[in-house]
Amino acid sequence: MVAERVSWAGVRKVGARLTTPLHPDDYLSLINPLWTARELRGRVEEVIPETEDAATIVIRPGWGWRYDHRPGQYVGIGIQVKGKFHWRSYSVSSPPRRSGRTIAITVRAMPEGFLSEHLVSGLSPGTIIRLAAPNGDFVLPDPPPEKILFLVGGSGITPVMAMLRTLDRRGTMPDVVLAYSSPTKERMIFRDELLALSEKHERLTLHEQHTDSDGMLEMKDLDRVCPDWKDRETWACGPSPMLDACEEHWEQAGLEDELHLERFTLELGGDGAEGGTVTFSNSNKTQEADGATTLLEAGEEAGVGMPYGCRMGICHTCTLTLVEGTVRDLRSGEEHSGPNEPIQTCITAAAGDCTLDI
Amino acid sequence: MAIADVKEYTHLSPEEVEELGRELDAIRADIEESRGDDDAAYINRMITIQRRLAAAGRITLFASKYKPAFFAGAAMLGVAKILENMEIGHNVMHGQWDWMNDPEIHSSTWDWDTAQPGEQWKHSHNYVHHQFTNVLGYDNDIGYGVLRMAREQRWHPVNLGQPIYNALLASLFQWGVALHDLDLEAIRKGKKDPELMKKQLRQIGRKVSRQFAKDYLLFPALAGPAFVQTAKANATANLMRNLWSYMIIFCGHFPDGALHFTEEEVEDESRAEWYLRQMLGSANFQGSPLLHIMSGNLGYQIEHHLFPDLPSNRYAEISDRVRPLCEKYGIPYTTGPLYKQYGQVLRTIHKLALPNKFTRPTRHDYPETPEVPRGRRDDADRPTRRVETGGWTSRASA
Repeated sequence: MVAERVSWAGVRKVGARLTTPLHPDDYLSLINPLWTARELRGRVEEVIPETEDAATIVIRPGWGWRYDHRPGQYVGIGIQVKGKFHWRSYSVSSPPRRSGRTIAITVRAMPEGFLSEHLVSGLSPGTIIRLAAPNGDFVLPDPPPEKILFLVGGSGITPVMAMLRTLDRRGTMPDVVLAYSSPTKERMIFRDELLALSEKHERLTLHEQHTDSDGMLEMKDLDRVCPDWKDRETWACGPSPMLDACEEHWEQAGLEDELHLERFTLELGGDGAEGGTVTFSNSNKTQEADGATTLLEAGEEAGVGMPYGCRMGICHTCTLTLVEGTVRDLRSGEEHSGPNEPIQTCITAAAGDCTLDI
Repeated sequence: MAIADVKEYTHLSPEEVEELGRELDAIRADIEESRGDDDAAYINRMITIQRRLAAAGRITLFASKYKPAFFAGAAMLGVAKILENMEIGHNVMHGQWDWMNDPEIHSSTWDWDTAQPGEQWKHSHNYVHHQFTNVLGYDNDIGYGVLRMAREQRWHPVNLGQPIYNALLASLFQWGVALHDLDLEAIRKGKKDPELMKKQLRQIGRKVSRQFAKDYLLFPALAGPAFVQTAKANATANLMRNLWSYMIIFCGHFPDGALHFTEEEVEDESRAEWYLRQMLGSANFQGSPLLHIMSGNLGYQIEHHLFPDLPSNRYAEISDRVRPLCEKYGIPYTTGPLYKQYGQVLRTIHKLALPNKFTRPTRHDYPETPEVPRGRRDDADRPTRRVETGGWTSRASA
């Protein structure tokens, strides 16, 4: 049959000859803004208030999106504010569904985070946003382990919610303890749903910690809240001090392999680089950069219009071609050398002089 | 001699020149600060209109064996191509919209609907032309290597044919522009770096074959029985675009008020002096907002040359601030209606077909400057002056 031999990619290739120098998707997206795979896009379908300062945003992704995120992963979201695209990463709170048409993220407005504020209160259904593919290894294995502990603070519930919903939907809820801290009952995102889930699954135990009245959950309380925590595989997500405390506690018990952490800040584990002169070949600008300065920062310092997204190595918006020279990945310490190697400028620094094609 | 010795500036003290520079910097800062939603909506709206128009034109031309459809389709396509080249392509590739951080509207990824590859245009335009505007021997846009447009350029009997070359350049503009960055003279003299030449020819070959196939093979073939009519309509649209963009572009630096500069005049040029040169080397024209959109806001050539990477939709507002500055400092601000500006261009083209001794200079207050040698400079002789003219790929990456 003809239909079997004509591939979708082939049709687009022929179409591109008609629309050159544009892509067929540039015209199709005039009919429906989601009909383009040039850049991942999504449309805001619904903004559901969860608490006073948090909301779930339901997004319908456009062409090119694969609904195969693993529960616990995050996606990059790019939103145009005052004409400019800003990027952040948020955990997907909806469970993966192959037949799904939407994904959901849940966002808490941070006092200092103007983008989260905008997401919670300034986003109207119908807005077209940009997306970056799901990423992250804070995920639940399939099948899940026999015994699980989730340690959650505040909006850190979102990746865990995706995991719990997946376990619920698949009917594979193991022995789970969820220790969830939030300032008050009212500010607890997904509280009603979690209560319902713990009613439904007797193997799911919910421990609520309202820190305004109960105080913080200290590591020494762990033996009371979850006496068998050492037997459980643990996923922890929340503010940095909480995660630092967890890390230390699990290390002391020699159980660091049983602990999975999710941090929403760039962690530069690798060594710094030597630094050097960064040349931006198209704009003929140069910048001296030390080994701790990312190439993105160096470019911005030099006044180059550097593309950027999440600024933490996830979304690949910042990828540029390294014409010559060597750069070091500040997360892993791995080195990349030109010529013509695509590199992420937000997580690499100069290891000697180098030239970028911008 | 420095630029400060150019007659139009001699009344300005060095301090006044620097003060003017600061006032222009302040305009830039204000515009950069106030870029926002409205500007982003403007370029997105422009792109949407242009693509709809192009699609409507192409679809209408399927019926091009009927006369009204032929003319309507060709006109829509022609206008779409003009918009794409002038208000969208030229300005996006200058980096005017890079601040939006939108990967789909960015100078590093854009290519336009004309035969010249975007990358080569960025070199010949953003770098050579905008850095060295109107500097004799440096700016290849003075006559595009085809026409003699300055009295300082040496006359050759070949120049007698200027009226014909001009007509050919106007109607075949996109093909002329496609070859512009190659530097045919250097190739003829065997001075061109063979690696660079190979790369450029490959780029041009690819772009030209795609552009040609689209307009003269694929769309006509899809129209079936209207093959010939569709090809003719596409040729008409391309001709419309060629004539229009040729005229607008020639009105940028060739009307009478726009001065040329010599190598000595731009030696040790400061940022403020660079501004001065851009103002005196460029010419505006007046017209309706629609005319300005159709000409990519190049009717604000002076403002564009001062701030090549600020969004084009703001040039009108910038001109309201630049013009009073010119009055304040007693600097000429060349402008006039489009027909008058283009009339002056035509007059210069015809006058300079003849040797200088047969014609009188337009400006009597200037001594005849010595002739400049033919041929282009190498990039090595043209150190970067300003960085706000938009990106380009340097020769090093050939």
